[in-house]
Amino acid sequence: MKKLHINTSINGNSAEFLCDPDATLLSVLRDQLNLTGAKEGCGSGDCGACSVTVNGRLVASCLVLAAEVEGAEITTIEGMAEGEVLHPLQKKFLEHAALQCGVCTPGILVAAKALLEKNPDPSETEVRFWLAGNLCRCTGYDKIINAVMDAAAEMRGA
Amino acid sequence: MQYAAPETTAEATRLLADSPGTARVLAGGTDLLVQMKFGGLAPDLLVDIKNIKGMRDVTPEDGGFRVGAAVSGAEMGEHKAMRALWPGVVEAVELIGSTQVQGRATMAGNLCNASPAADSVPAMVAANAIARIAGPDGERDCPVQDIPTAPGKTSLQKGEFITSIFFPARPDNASDAYLRFIPRTEMDIAVCSAGVSLTLDTNGTCTDARVSLGAVAATVLLVQDAANALIGSKLDDSALEALGAACSAACNPIDDKRGTIEFRRDVTAVLAKRAAKIAQSRAGERS
Ligand SMILES: Cc1cc2nc3c(=O)[nH]c(=O)nc-3n(C[C@H](O)[C@H](O)[C@H](O)COP(=O)(O)OP(=O)(O)OC[C@H]3O[C@@H](n4cnc5c(N)ncnc54)[C@H](O)[C@@H]3O)c2cc1C
Ligand code: FES
Ligand code: FES
Repeated sequence: MKKLHINTSINGNSAEFLCDPDATLLSVLRDQLNLTGAKEGCGSGDCGACSVTVNGRLVASCLVLAAEVEGAEITTIEGMAEGEVLHPLQKKFLEHAALQCGVCTPGILVAAKALLEKNPDPSETEVRFWLAGNLCRCTGYDKIINAVMDAAAEMRGA
Repeated sequence: MQYAAPETTAEATRLLADSPGTARVLAGGTDLLVQMKFGGLAPDLLVDIKNIKGMRDVTPEDGGFRVGAAVSGAEMGEHKAMRALWPGVVEAVELIGSTQVQGRATMAGNLCNASPAADSVPAMVAANAIARIAGPDGERDCPVQDIPTAPGKTSLQKGEFITSIFFPARPDNASDAYLRFIPRTEMDIAVCSAGVSLTLDTNGTCTDARVSLGAVAATVLLVQDAANALIGSKLDDSALEALGAACSAACNPIDDKRGTIEFRRDVTAVLAKRAAKIAQSRAGERS
C-alpha cells in the first residue's frame, strides 16, 4: 500500500505523518504519534474511549481514517491540562472519584469538555444523553455525571 | 486499498466509474469503517466526498432545503430553519447513534447503507424527499423511497452517488414526526419505527398525509392505506384506529430476538398513531 503524507494540527501543534490509506486516526495517534490517551475499547464506534475532536466536532477516532484529517485541527486528551494545571473537569473527576480502571476516562473527559463548550449549563439529563456513547464498565456512571455537573458549575463561576 | 478525496463531483464520479474493483463512497464512515473492520468488506478504493464544494451545505431552495450529502447529523441538528420546516426528519437523524456518531453520520450514508432499520429513511420517505444523484451520464433526481432495493442494496448504478437530498416547501399548517421503538433509551437499532407527515386545513382536517414504516420489511414501506385513514379526518379515535390497522397490515417483519412478528406489528401501529398525533400538534403550532 502506498503511504499517504498527512499534515494536520494536534492540540495546537502542527503534526505530520505517513499512514496507510486504511489506517484509522486512532491507530496513528496511538501507535505512531505516541498519543496513547485515546483508548481502543471496541473499534466500532460503540464505546467512546477513542473520543477526540476534529475541527471542533466530537468524533470516535476509531471511525475516522487518518487520511481524512489532512488540514484538520484535532484535539485529544493530551491537550486538556495546561502543563501541570488540570482542567476543571479533570480536577472534579479526581474529587468525585469518577473513575476506577480509567480506560473510559480520557474519552469521557474529551466528550464532556465538548459538551460544556457548546452548553455551559446542561441539565443532568442532557449530560447523560450527551455521554450515552461513552461506556464505563466500572463506575456505574453516577459519579461521572456528578463530576461533570460540578465542573460545569465551577466553570460558570457558580 | 486507495483513498481519494476529489474536489469536484465530476472527478468523484469518474473515480467511481473507472475503478476496476470495489469502489465505495466515504461520507461519515460510521457504517463503512465498521464493515471494513468487522464485516469483511475490503474495498479497493474509497472516494471521500467531503471535500467536494457544496457537499456540507444546507441551502434554501424553492421554500424548502437542499441538504448536501456530507452534512452530519450534528450539523442538521443545529440548523434551526430546517428543524422548523421538517422537525420529524431532524429528530430521526438525531436518533442515529451517539454524539460521536452524530459528528460524522450523514443522511445520505444512512440511506445508501440500505439497512431496513435506518432511522432517517422513514422520515425522509414521509417527507417525500428527493435524492439528487450524480453519475457518469450527468445528474438525475430520484425519490428517496426508490433508493434502497433490499437490505444492503440500492438502485444506484456504478459511478453514481448522491450529492444532496431535497426537502420541499410545505404549507404553514403541516408538520411531521418520527418515532422508533428500542429496548433502551439510546444507542440501539430500531425494532420498528414510523414516520408521519401531514397537512391540515384551517379547520384542522387532514388534507394530505404520508406514512412510512421502518424495520418491518426488507425496505422502508410507504403505506398509502395508512395515509388514506388520516386524510379527510381530524385524527379522531376511529381515524387513528384505522391508521394503526393499516400499518399493522402492511408490516412484513422478521421474527428475531429483538422482537417477534406480533410484537412488531402491534408496536408499529402504536408508534404510527403517536407520531400522527405529534405531527398534528406541531402542524397546529405552525398555523
Ligand atoms: C455506534 C453506532 C450507532 C449507530 N446507531 C444508529 C442508529 O441508531 N440508527 C441508524 O439508523 N443508524 C445507526 N448507525 C449506523 C450509521 O451511523 C448510519 O447509518 C449513518 O447515517 C451512516 O452515515 P455515514 O455518513 O457514516 O455513512 P458511511 O459509512 O460513510 O457510508 C455508508 C454506506 O453508504 C454509502 N454512501 C455514503 N454516502 C453516499 C452517497 N452520498 N452516495 C452514495 N453512497 C453513499 C457508502 O459507500 C457506504 O456503503 C450507528 C452506527 C454506529 C457506529
Ligand atoms: S474504540 Fe472507538 S468507540 Fe470504541
Ligand atoms: S473507570 Fe473503568 S471503564 Fe470507566
